[in-house]
Amino acid sequence: MSEPWEWPPEQLRAEIKASGLLGRGGAGFPVWRKWESMPARRLVGTSRRRVVIGNGAEGEPLSRKDAVLLQRDPHQVIDGLLVTAAAVHADELHLHLDEAAEATLSRALQQRPEASRIRLHRSAKSFVSGESSAVIGAIGGGPAFPTDRRLPASISGLRGHPTLVHNVETLSRISQIVRMGGNRFSLIGTPQDPGPHLLTVQRPGHRGAPVVLESTANASLVDVLFGAGIDPDSVSAVLLGGFHGRWTRMDESARKPFGRIPGAGVIVALAPQVCPLRYTATVTRWLANENAGQCGPCRFGLPDLATAVQELADFPRTAAIQDIQDIHRLMGQVSRRGACFHPTGTANLVASALQMFPDEVDAHLAGRCTATESIRESA
Amino acid sequence: MSAHQLHIDWTLCTASGACIELLPDLLTADDWGFPFSAAGTDVPIPGGSLDDARLAVRLCPRLALRLESAKRSPQ
Ligand code: SF4
Ligand code: SF4
Repeated sequence: MSEPWEWPPEQLRAEIKASGLLGRGGAGFPVWRKWESMPARRLVGTSRRRVVIGNGAEGEPLSRKDAVLLQRDPHQVIDGLLVTAAAVHADELHLHLDEAAEATLSRALQQRPEASRIRLHRSAKSFVSGESSAVIGAIGGGPAFPTDRRLPASISGLRGHPTLVHNVETLSRISQIVRMGGNRFSLIGTPQDPGPHLLTVQRPGHRGAPVVLESTANASLVDVLFGAGIDPDSVSAVLLGGFHGRWTRMDESARKPFGRIPGAGVIVALAPQVCPLRYTATVTRWLANENAGQCGPCRFGLPDLATAVQELADFPRTAAIQDIQDIHRLMGQVSRRGACFHPTGTANLVASALQMFPDEVDAHLAGRCTATESIRESA
Repeated sequence: MSAHQLHIDWTLCTASGACIELLPDLLTADDWGFPFSAAGTDVPIPGGSLDDARLAVRLCPRLALRLESAKRSPQ
């Protein structure tokens, strides 16, 4: 039997469409629609070269799934890249990786003559460098910053050629799908989010390293915590989908299926002695330091927002009603005002903390903190 | 719904404020002097402000503005 990347492109596209696969990099966009956005070679006014980039540089600081995947199964990622290139008639293939994965991948590529045209690139490690326009910029020899897009990458990406960027887990799922069949893949998980997912579970305040596990969108948060070896009763709050994600509590919703896996599958489970407002303040500060310094509202607004959240979190020294008003004003001034999603995602995180933890906010304003009190009680 | 929108390229804008002066009904200065509209990055331009918006595009010292036809106009 021929290798899947030797199959007719129409057949590959039909399998991926039948699978219902969503991208695994965080945005969750249907893969077949991304493929269809690549113009036909005949299209006048577009370059004839077609580029596919596999992105394994996890911008999410707590995500480990792509690193684990690249170590465990580099060939499945390579297969997915070859299949994708065949499906969209691409002639240029790149893999964008962290330094840690380079050795494994270059060894894997040397074992396969058909993969010799794949070029490896080392990523500059930062939160926004994983953004797809930043990846395209870095491979093209420019800075790894997002750009103000005039044209989508599928029309004008790397050096002006139509370009497709896929997360490396997406590529490995593509290779799975062509081997098992799109219809069978579509029956796993939920209809809105089919197939298996890699998740990274982190546990601040708990012991132990992050856990990478495979799950599906019909699992619940409680299932995933058990799967990671965490007692759900030892968890007070959970950040779903990483630093641009949203907060949730361990209420009834934690027993319901996700339906869709949040973001790039990063789940942060807080222990009760960790104050969620403080944790949010720390993350907001970290995100503020990660801005690429290009766009004014992001460059000035995120540090100011981080300071306002910090004032609220630093009870009982500074928290005041004024801080809440400042936070709301600053969220309005950074949301949707930058070349990439970073400022909006940061504001969303803060908004979700205010919404999910009103009692903690009130406690801080009254000069108390529920998390540190729980330490005192248990001491 | 406006047929045009003014797109701000935040990677270029340095808060010189020219556009805010030319389009006082549509833009205000934020805490740091950058043009603010509740619409974010793509500011809908009503027909009556089209000439002022064109002028803003021409006078922006950083070439950070461009006038586009609105992408989504709700029916
Ligand atoms: S919005 Fe922020 S993170 Fe994104 S490109 Fe602009 S400065 Fe960089
Ligand atoms: S005129 Fe140009 S540089 Fe000045 S504030 Fe407006 S967009 Fe920014």
